[in-house]
Amino acid sequence: MGIETPNGFKLDNAGRRIVVDPVTRIEGHMRVEVNVDADNVIRNAVSTGTMWRGIEVILKGRDPRDAWAFTERICGVCTGTHALTSVRAVENALGIDIPENANSIRNIMQLTLQVHDHLVHFYHLHALDWVDVVSALSADPKATSALAQSISDWPLSSPGYFRDLQGRLKKFVESGQLGPFKNGYWGHAAYKLPPEANLMAVAHYLEALDFQKEIVKIHTVYGGKNPHPNWLVGGVPSPINVDGTGAVGAINMERLNLVSSIIDQTIAFTEQVYLPDLKAIGSFYKDWLYGGGLSSTSVMSYGDIPEHANDYSEASLKLPRGVILDGKLDDIQPIDLTDPDEVQEFVTHSWYKYPDETRGLHPWDGVTEPHFELGPNARGTKTNIEALDEAAKYSFIKSPRWKGHAVEVGPLARYVIGYAQGKAEFKEPVDRLLTDLGLPLTALFSTLGRTAARALECQWAAHQLRYFQDKLVANIKAGDLSTANTDKWTPDTWPKEAKGVGFTEAPRGALGHWIRIKDGKIDNYQAVVPTTWNGSPRDPAGNIGAFEAALLDTPMADPEKPLEILRTLHSFDPCLACSTHVMSEDGQDMATVTVR
Amino acid sequence: MTVLVLGIGNILWADEGFGVRAVEAFHRLYAMADGVDLLDGGTQGLYLVNRVAEAERLLVFDAIDYGLKPGTLKVVRGDEVPKFTGAKKMSLHQTGFQEVLSAADLLGRPPRDIALIGCQPLDLEDWGGPLTGPMAASIEPALAAAVDVLAGWGVAPARRADPLPPENGLLANDIDRAAYERPRVDAG
Repeated sequence: MGIETPNGFKLDNAGRRIVVDPVTRIEGHMRVEVNVDADNVIRNAVSTGTMWRGIEVILKGRDPRDAWAFTERICGVCTGTHALTSVRAVENALGIDIPENANSIRNIMQLTLQVHDHLVHFYHLHALDWVDVVSALSADPKATSALAQSISDWPLSSPGYFRDLQGRLKKFVESGQLGPFKNGYWGHAAYKLPPEANLMAVAHYLEALDFQKEIVKIHTVYGGKNPHPNWLVGGVPSPINVDGTGAVGAINMERLNLVSSIIDQTIAFTEQVYLPDLKAIGSFYKDWLYGGGLSSTSVMSYGDIPEHANDYSEASLKLPRGVILDGKLDDIQPIDLTDPDEVQEFVTHSWYKYPDETRGLHPWDGVTEPHFELGPNARGTKTNIEALDEAAKYSFIKSPRWKGHAVEVGPLARYVIGYAQGKAEFKEPVDRLLTDLGLPLTALFSTLGRTAARALECQWAAHQLRYFQDKLVANIKAGDLSTANTDKWTPDTWPKEAKGVGFTEAPRGALGHWIRIKDGKIDNYQAVVPTTWNGSPRDPAGNIGAFEAALLDTPMADPEKPLEILRTLHSFDPCLACSTHVMSEDGQDMATVTVR
Repeated sequence: MTVLVLGIGNILWADEGFGVRAVEAFHRLYAMADGVDLLDGGTQGLYLVNRVAEAERLLVFDAIDYGLKPGTLKVVRGDEVPKFTGAKKMSLHQTGFQEVLSAADLLGRPPRDIALIGCQPLDLEDWGGPLTGPMAASIEPALAAAVDVLAGWGVAPARRADPLPPENGLLANDIDRAAYERPRVDAG
């Protein structure tokens, strides 16, 4: 039956239902069900997360200064960004200012995560939605070399290099150890690249794998260790000792130089490998402009990367801040994360209970009381759901809304807002890319646009790394070695009750932590994560979220091999790493895929 | 020689945290030989490639669903590890960690030896909960199995006369096991 949602999307759940469902989990379950019409075009989409529960259950009664260490464990991919958001929330609640060096180092940590995440996401998850690995085996190395040299000055591009690599790949495939390549839909009709472009992309897949491990060394330098770098309320944990020679944990000249050299390599890799690849791959998919969803109408970014320590105003934040609704690019609305009427979470369609479910709750007043029940039209059992009933509760993800509106968050949202603000650093790279590809601005509002925004942002972040590293070194040379403010470290300096909010732009979008502190302990703690915004179920008014909106109207070449669904979901970089199954209507396994 | 002893899992999900808790206890109770590193890998996936590719030998603790009695230990060695991780629902971290192993392989730098000490979980759904009884009771036996593996590699650890105090533990900021599992205020 067809309906139209208040946010302007036509839904029809009459056709065949395709279920993309997880088997195992790392950071959470994610599942999508779609209905396709007679032409295999998606006419209804139902996105569900089946794992998330409130972090307050674990944090209540604990020391606010330790909250970052717990929130860092929520997710294995965006550990540092949760930790940063957490220390900002506590500092906001207690009125703690951090030194300039701490601001620079935190920005470097966050930008490092951004660059690493974008690069790894593109090459190790998303590229395989566009690149056919098996086709690379039939590429001509000489032609591959010519292609690579025509798009970039990157030195690793000789015919011999690609021939060797193809040999390695062949051996790997023949040994049956396909590993990360095992779950692909190789040979799928939706793959459009010629074998040579596929081989070039696979080569860069391997180079990115090798290079990504260099980037995270920056976390080891400034966070003391990696994985799970250390954080500190009031600043950063590592002292600066410029003349030191390797004292454990201290930042000395040798380490600053190491970071500087990694930043140079990062800029080079992004500009000579990532961006040329994106453009080359994009040029073969110019007619695949599905997946825009909410991006052309409703986007939000909290902003991040403060130029000045402790100044989280729009003017100080280098990543754009604001909300665009109804596609009004000339009307960017300001955000107040403390306003009870702005950010609210609804649970009408989520497996939680509220006293009054027609209303949303601001995160400071948030509650997380699980209430798992299937709707009357669901099929299967609670432990083996065959089909969800989206008219009832159908997800463990809550529905966050901004003034009642569903919004998309993430790199594309940030670029749309930055573009609308007319900021050259966001607008010019977008215009250049679109011109090079011969595409209009509207092409930006698509799965490919989301993927392109991430690549452009990776380049932006790499240059910001350089900026803040230079700023840090200049400040140190001027004699400022301060990295932490401990004036309000002990709870006896705190008010009896306090509340605060911390925010960041995680690689995958706007992230907020809201904290209430009472008698020196955590009284309530709510994290509203980017994938909650993008992957949210419907709200009481029936508005659909970004995932559901983006899947609509996409034609599928073969519904039993839902490459198109994965492409669009992956373009959001959802923070739900899980191996997934594709099942037919009767629940029988058809194929295994990986959704993250 | 470099040996990496890695614990993987999510401590926030009860028995999911077995691998991390095992490596934490290993550190507290044993002094490693030279060249042996202990690492709390959490759920880090590709962030771990660097460390795995640098290791000549790799020992992993993890919660693994073999469909056995909760708390049952199973040690898998060498070539069996990739084979096992390819099996359906073998490990909660199979995709993540299998990818790490094959990434090291793709880079041409897989560890020469791999041993996986798996423990059958009872409860993976208790958000914020402690290790269940059978799993907690399996930590010491898992450590004994790890001592055997390391001894076979010529790098046996030495049991400490006194366990390290909590402040010198692998996990700090209230997420060490004792602090994490203390009764919570108004939980639920």
